[in-house]
Amino acid sequence: MKDNIKKSYLLNIVGILSIYLILKLLIGGNVLNRYHISIVIFICINIILATSLNLATGFLGQLALGHAGFMAVGAYVSAITAVALKSSGLPDTLMLVISLLVAGIFSGIVGIAIGIPALRLRGDYLGIITLGFGEVIRVIINNMKSITGGAQGFTGIPRIANFDNVFWITIIVVGILYALTHSRQGRAIISIREDEIASEAVGIQTTKYKVLGFAIAAFFAGIGGGLYAHHLAFLDPKTFGFMKSVEILVIVVLGGMGSLTGSIIAAIILTILPEALREFANYRMLIYSFILVVMMIFRPQGIFGTKEFSLSSFLHKLRYNQIISPRKEIKGDE
Amino acid sequence: MAILQTTELAIQFGGLRAVDNFNISINEHELVGLIGPNGAGKTTIFNMLTGVYRPTEGDIKLDGVSIVGKKPYEIVKQGAARTFQNIRLFKNLSVIDNIKIAYHNEMKYSTLEGIFRTKRYWKEEKKAHQESLDFLKIFDMQDYANTLAKNLPYGKQRKLEIARGLATNPKILMLDEPAAGMNPQETYELMDTIHFIRDKFNITILLIEHDMNLVMGICERIVVVDHGKIIAKGLPEEIKNNPDVIKVYLGE
Repeated sequence: MKDNIKKSYLLNIVGILSIYLILKLLIGGNVLNRYHISIVIFICINIILATSLNLATGFLGQLALGHAGFMAVGAYVSAITAVALKSSGLPDTLMLVISLLVAGIFSGIVGIAIGIPALRLRGDYLGIITLGFGEVIRVIINNMKSITGGAQGFTGIPRIANFDNVFWITIIVVGILYALTHSRQGRAIISIREDEIASEAVGIQTTKYKVLGFAIAAFFAGIGGGLYAHHLAFLDPKTFGFMKSVEILVIVVLGGMGSLTGSIIAAIILTILPEALREFANYRMLIYSFILVVMMIFRPQGIFGTKEFSLSSFLHKLRYNQIISPRKEIKGDE
Repeated sequence: MAILQTTELAIQFGGLRAVDNFNISINEHELVGLIGPNGAGKTTIFNMLTGVYRPTEGDIKLDGVSIVGKKPYEIVKQGAARTFQNIRLFKNLSVIDNIKIAYHNEMKYSTLEGIFRTKRYWKEEKKAHQESLDFLKIFDMQDYANTLAKNLPYGKQRKLEIARGLATNPKILMLDEPAAGMNPQETYELMDTIHFIRDKFNITILLIEHDMNLVMGICERIVVVDHGKIIAKGLPEEIKNNPDVIKVYLGE
């Protein structure tokens, strides 16, 4: 078993490095212009937002409609931190990492504060509470003119996010979430989705793990928001409205609730799709919606369901032409 | 020594006194049956014993410690496991994951250790994996380790739920209608399993059941409740011939 794990680790590192190098070459060779790079960065940000929401909605099973709220908290906190650090002369990436950590921690604390009362409720009720929370955050930001710039927006944010650091931060975030969902805490979180009463009856402290899952989701949403701030260098409270939360939720549902790799694939598709359809101008949102409807009719569980795509079992399958379950044993692969 | 003891246990839902003056004392290694007609309050009693409901009066002592007011997970840690009348498995997870979740409290690594996969993570995960497999072997279910729980046949699902309860390392196991929905053959196998686990794990078992063959066949002592009150206690033979019990079950 140990050898298998090592092999799949190696395989994933090779896979990730080759994606990185290919993108790097394409950028170096001017095949991808600034617009394309910006799309790649947005894909990465959406991957972070979707995988973190998947932890709360797909793995923990709690309908959360306020993810844009946590993203907004992260974006503004990160922007404020970076502006404060601007004159310190720190290297860009270090400054980015510090700002993101501050943003994540702040957002995580807000997540705990919201989670403790909200997670007493389930289903639609929790959905409404989180929806309300998201709007509250937006309104607060809108009215704190002296700090956030209010409705005119936050300007002068250092543009320190670039392809390299965003790519690697995304890999780290997904890696952490993957490891978390395959630990005993992750199993506890999944068991709450499956059956909360049974989970408590086998000795799992359900309240604790619900808040933990929610807080970690908020933490990474904050990091995603921070990257967004440092990529655009401008923040407008209007972007963090209810529709943004729904957009992230759509990625999660399309990819499969409970599948991180599904969220990644769906984030790639759903970020590229509206851009690719840009030439159809007015019809693009129609086509976008139509694809979603067709998807939900023919594959309601999402692209991957609750399964994870695994590079090593995929290669194994190719080689032996047989199907093996990717969740068969503990593996460090994705 | 009594492993589970209740004194004057009662619960009131509004104007309804669902359980009243309920006193039992179960000794170590005993196999006790709790029977009664529908609506007698059996499952309510179970829910009080496992912390789902808080009794309005009385006391419950598990291994000498009062558990009134404790949360279900705390009571599990103190050594009481249960199964449910309508099976509650983690349906979309594999059989082995169902067992591993019950091992949660046996493992000690922290969230950060889990994320960064320290040595301790690998050691404890490997141990849990091995122990879960051994556990399934005891129940002769090792071939199903990677099957999703929802795809198991009904009898095996019951067995898995019992196995999952046992994986929390309890002193007392409470089974809520384990034979519900089973055919005679499956019930017969279940009786074997219950006997077997009691001796193998050296634990105490309290079970609610409607199937009289099963109750009379394996229980050493039987408690009969009706309208929330105990109407008879004793050996199976005594219960069978008790006029009050016959009246409750068959009418006058």
